[in-house]
Amino acid sequence: MAICSYLPDLLCKFPAINDTTIRMARKSVDDGFKALVREYVNVIDALVQPLQWFLNYLEKLFVSSPWIIILAVMVAIVYYGSRDIRITIGTIVSMLLIGLVGLWNDTMVTLAMVTVCTFIAIIVGIPIGILMARSERAQSIINPILDVMQTMPSFVYLIPVVMIFGIGKVPGLIAVVIYAVPPMIRLTNLGIRLVDKEVLEAADAFGSSPWQRLKNVQMPLALPTIMAGINQTIMMSLAMVVVASMVGVGGLGRNVLQAINNQFFTVGFFNGFALVAIAIIFDRTSQAYGKRLQKHSEVIHG
Amino acid sequence: MASHAIEVKNLYKIFGPRGRDFVDQVKAGLGKTELNEKHGHVLGLQDINISMPAGGVMVVMGLSGSGKSTLIRHINRLIDPTAGEVLYDGVDVCKMSENDLREFRRHKTAMVFQKFALLPHRTIIENTVYGLEIQGVPEAESRKRAQGWIERVGLKGFENHYPNQLSGGMQQRVGLARALTNDADILLMDEAYSALDPLIRVDMQTVLLDLQKELKKTVVFITHDLDEALRLGDKIAILRDGKAIQQGTGQEIVLKPADEYITAFVKEVNRGRVINVETIMKPLSGNAEGMPITIGTVLESAARMMTVASLNIAHVVDANGKPVGSLDLGTIISAMVTPIGHQLQAA
Repeated sequence: MAICSYLPDLLCKFPAINDTTIRMARKSVDDGFKALVREYVNVIDALVQPLQWFLNYLEKLFVSSPWIIILAVMVAIVYYGSRDIRITIGTIVSMLLIGLVGLWNDTMVTLAMVTVCTFIAIIVGIPIGILMARSERAQSIINPILDVMQTMPSFVYLIPVVMIFGIGKVPGLIAVVIYAVPPMIRLTNLGIRLVDKEVLEAADAFGSSPWQRLKNVQMPLALPTIMAGINQTIMMSLAMVVVASMVGVGGLGRNVLQAINNQFFTVGFFNGFALVAIAIIFDRTSQAYGKRLQKHSEVIHG
Repeated sequence: MASHAIEVKNLYKIFGPRGRDFVDQVKAGLGKTELNEKHGHVLGLQDINISMPAGGVMVVMGLSGSGKSTLIRHINRLIDPTAGEVLYDGVDVCKMSENDLREFRRHKTAMVFQKFALLPHRTIIENTVYGLEIQGVPEAESRKRAQGWIERVGLKGFENHYPNQLSGGMQQRVGLARALTNDADILLMDEAYSALDPLIRVDMQTVLLDLQKELKKTVVFITHDLDEALRLGDKIAILRDGKAIQQGTGQEIVLKPADEYITAFVKEVNRGRVINVETIMKPLSGNAEGMPITIGTVLESAARMMTVASLNIAHVVDANGKPVGSLDLGTIISAMVTPIGHQLQAA
């Protein structure tokens, strides 16, 4: 670089902090974090214990019930959710195919995982979304956090999750929730903010308390958007289940991981398609359900 | 439930983060444009003093941007004033605590909105009970009361429809039923009929006038339509740029417009429907001739009666039938067609 001979050294070569200092800083952060985790290991275990129970219970229920009962329940939910015979038949066919290629149990494990993740994402996401919609300050604080959660490569935040919770289902669950909750929060926030100002004013004019306003006006009118959030959360959970298998989550994700490691082309695709099938079932059902919720707005006169 | 008057006193509203700081300057004569250009604040209302009659219809009229919708929102404090008072039954609405205000809104006021503002996910009956529901009235009772009002506004049979399935006029009937079900003393109507087409608007005005005869609520009605104002208002206030430039009965405004602006407005009005016979009658000279016409009859009706009876001359009688003045068809017609300014000078 000829140009460098005319420039002071400082402007030519970036003045990085020297390696020793970085190493020291890194070491002290890592060690401090480890020490902190070691200190509170019991508390952390006690806190996540209910999650563990819930997850184990659901997984056992799904895996040990006869397949015909699970299929019947699924078909019932899909039918009453979507009221669409095509989606219902699609569900039956794809679940039978999954069973035929021997992936029934793994699919059940994944299904249990996704159910718990979605459930937690809804419980965590909706109140945070409401908080964000109510306060500009909350929104300005939470938004960048959500940006980080969505763009940070999931492998990176698996590191602290594993450091805190070890290897197993619960850390996998937490990683999936971190990945899947942002759309839930964002769309709840958006849905509430998009509620017609005039209707809100009417609610105020009749003397609604903040809770009545939320319950009678904001939540019902935001519901279609919130449903889209739930749909996104389910899709993202399913995508993340494969990554989470790296920290010990079983089911279809683990099969995919093994297939990658051993170059089992066919096994990989079978499991991949099983995931796709579940994703489509969830997606079509929840979308059809969301559409039915908006039935009141269908007929419009001038 | 006796109605009470609403007194608006020295009300100022300046929109912007530091509105309060500019009240004194506005009082000292700082204008709307200047305030906006120099300080970036918008003058919404200035020095409004209106006494709204108890149990009567008060119409606030003005074009868009005149501050009329801002004014009505001060009565139930959807907007907080920058300075001034809004008194109802001796209590200043602007100083109420949050709880008192909520109770005031629940029990004393009901509002009808320009764009209806119905809850789209609720059926007509569920929309109508809304006010009672948040007051905590038991469902069976509130449904019964709501049903009555739905029938009164002519929507029987539509209880289980959704608002989107109804036309605009029908939706506003729901808005009216929702407000009336609240059984509040004050009825606030913010350009309630402006979004309706002309025939339906007249129809809805009739509905309101009929109901008002019996209910005697204190109605505050906002409109940009002078004909509507004249038809409905027991008292009319005209707003321009946040100032009340004239107040009075419809006749007073048509006969004595306070300035050029109002004169221009009034020019298009159908005088025959506004001016009463006693305003243009001549003193009785000699005997009462022709047919009797009662005080308070508008010129158009008087002209019609006389034409039907093929009479050119009539006399005006008071409520007891005592003759008080005389009229002829020519005077009536000229009062209906000529700008009344000349008419008054001549009389």
